[in-house]
Amino acid sequence: MVNIKINGVDYAVPEGSTILEAARYAGIKIPTLCYLKEINAIGACRICVVEVKGARSLVAACVYPVNNGMEIFTNSPKVIESRKTTLELILSNHNKSCLSCTRGGNCELNELCVEYDVDINKYEGENPVPEIDYSAAHMYRDNSKCILCRRCVAACGVTQGIGVIGANERGFATQIASAFDMGLADTACVSCGQCIVACPTGALAEKDDTQKVMEAIADPTKMVVVQAAPAVRASLAEAFGNPIGTNAEGKMIAAMRRLGFDKVFDTNFSADLTIMEEAHEFLDRAQNGGTLPMITSCSPGWVRYCENYFPEFIPNLSTCKSPQQMFGAVVKTYYAQKLGKNPEDIVSVSVMPCTAKKYEVARDGQAAAGVPDVDITITTRELAHLIKKEGIMFNELPEEQCDSPLGGYTGAGVIFGATGGVMEAALRTAVWKLTGEDDNAPIDFKEVRGTEGIKEATYNVAGKDVKIAVASGLANAKKLLKSVKSGEAKYDFIEIMACPGGCVNGGGQIIQPASVRNFTDIRAKRAEVLYGIDANCAQRRSHENPDIQTLYKEFFGEPNSHKAHEVLHTNYSAKKLYK
Amino acid sequence: MAFKKSAVPFSGTPEQEEKLRKIIAEHKDDPGALMPILQQAQEIYGYLPIEVQTIIAEEMDISLEKVYGVVTFYAQFSINPKGKYKISVCLGTACYVKGSGDIYNKLQEKLGIAGGEITPDGKFSLDACRCIGACGLAPVLTVNEDVYGRLTVDDVDKILEKYN
Repeated sequence: MVNIKINGVDYAVPEGSTILEAARYAGIKIPTLCYLKEINAIGACRICVVEVKGARSLVAACVYPVNNGMEIFTNSPKVIESRKTTLELILSNHNKSCLSCTRGGNCELNELCVEYDVDINKYEGENPVPEIDYSAAHMYRDNSKCILCRRCVAACGVTQGIGVIGANERGFATQIASAFDMGLADTACVSCGQCIVACPTGALAEKDDTQKVMEAIADPTKMVVVQAAPAVRASLAEAFGNPIGTNAEGKMIAAMRRLGFDKVFDTNFSADLTIMEEAHEFLDRAQNGGTLPMITSCSPGWVRYCENYFPEFIPNLSTCKSPQQMFGAVVKTYYAQKLGKNPEDIVSVSVMPCTAKKYEVARDGQAAAGVPDVDITITTRELAHLIKKEGIMFNELPEEQCDSPLGGYTGAGVIFGATGGVMEAALRTAVWKLTGEDDNAPIDFKEVRGTEGIKEATYNVAGKDVKIAVASGLANAKKLLKSVKSGEAKYDFIEIMACPGGCVNGGGQIIQPASVRNFTDIRAKRAEVLYGIDANCAQRRSHENPDIQTLYKEFFGEPNSHKAHEVLHTNYSAKKLYK
Repeated sequence: MAFKKSAVPFSGTPEQEEKLRKIIAEHKDDPGALMPILQQAQEIYGYLPIEVQTIIAEEMDISLEKVYGVVTFYAQFSINPKGKYKISVCLGTACYVKGSGDIYNKLQEKLGIAGGEITPDGKFSLDACRCIGACGLAPVLTVNEDVYGRLTVDDVDKILEKYN
């Protein structure tokens, strides 16, 4: 511990802390814009400046370490004036159409401007209007709202190890964009959306598909069914003022019903279905000399990354469609048949914690009934927006349950939303099967839980060692795959999710400002929701789901049957990095 | 978004590529290797087109954007080759107050390119430069080694005609 003084009060704080961390420890919040813990400590935006006794000028609290005897002033007139001027300069070329900005009410810049009483028109300078990049399927970039903090650049380059965006040109001409100013769609972007959740302003946002949803609901000739991914319920409530880690399942279902969906179902159901297919695919590969390690394919951001950067691992990818697509495929085949409906008259909507799902729905090989498995996909944020817009008082809603038969799930289905969850769910069924369908086989595989970037474990199943690894965040995936490629590591089964911490921290989730993200592990808090639900489920192995059993009995026959392959599996192909 | 690829087709030779790959291999593990590699690459090709930047990115295992970001940060690098006739308009203080900015704009308009670019036929490239020490002749422009001074916007057409 070191002894320091902040604003005249003595504190002992951990050695090696930055001033920002030390102040937080002392209960003082220093504003930040460019700083994102672990990935973007560049001291560039100058909002976090503080006065340090003896220092020649103001210092950036986010990168300046404390030392013994240091005297810090976080709120002197000099500090406040400096921050205010910085904000006024940022605003000098900022697009101030804040009244209807997607980030209205949730903009870090806006909040600071209010706190620091800035004059928004103090500096009127040249105001070039950059072109908006609408090229990608899942998002757009509006640089007129960009403050050049580079948090998106760090999310893409450091967290994901991709780096398709960066700062081009210099000085006043600086723009965050892709190489040669090509549209995002022409780059190796994997659509993960981590840049969007890193953005402090409205410069980055998903493409809004809520209008399409409401139009489908208003069309009397269409039956509109909706599925919501496991992770959505772990974040949605945050949009309505609830703490991170609130389970929104019951109210989420009630809200979707009130939006007018004809049937409210659950992606947890098709997560169970995915496990039936994937666990059996793994057993088949392991027992019949198939390509190992098998790698999961639920995360479309990861799948695209694999096709872009590691095409040599395409044979390792499970051929299973993602739960979203399996759900859509079942709706348009089995469910349509059951109702005697033409699949063209069913609109299949999904709510996802993910922006890459907007890219996935339009991929080849995702149309089991000859029409898209999923017609419209919206993010958790878009669902929250719809709920507000339609005047549904979310917090007052009763807790409701999904419709049958595509709404029931087991604990294995719900943990899909967290890193390690797909692996654990698959192990539950695979181990049960390998131990001669022993209902007393282990259910909890705690080694694969937790937000660590790379996890590995070895399980002895029926006398055979099964080596598994789990990675989340694509920079971690890259590290893991390189070690597999070099022969340094050997595994039988690997789970990879594109977003760090898995879907709970997906690019489509409710955006938490850096002031929260820097000091709270939102991944862990949201994952707790899912593991909490799992622990309380009566059935915790996918094959125990009675609706799944019926589905196989009435439609697919066996897991990995010919029919299952036609409807529930897909294929992949190597992609060029740049068009 | 406007894709900023050079208007002139790439015409790199296998010899040039071999040289480039050799240089990358020599430097790639040095800290801060990108700058010297880019400098030498520009010496080999005269400019840094997407084809060259892609080779550098792949060999160094970094993203193309990272390379492009550095290339566009430094004025010494160009993503376009120089034309048969290199036009440089001085935007130094003396020339600028004498109206060289208007001459520069007129040239961009006449040639249909922005500063730093090349006409698709490879004939003219246009750049702004700082003081060339001919302030007495302001405003000044040069075409290769030829110097033109005391110019007005109306002189631009005549100068271009000379090189047609």
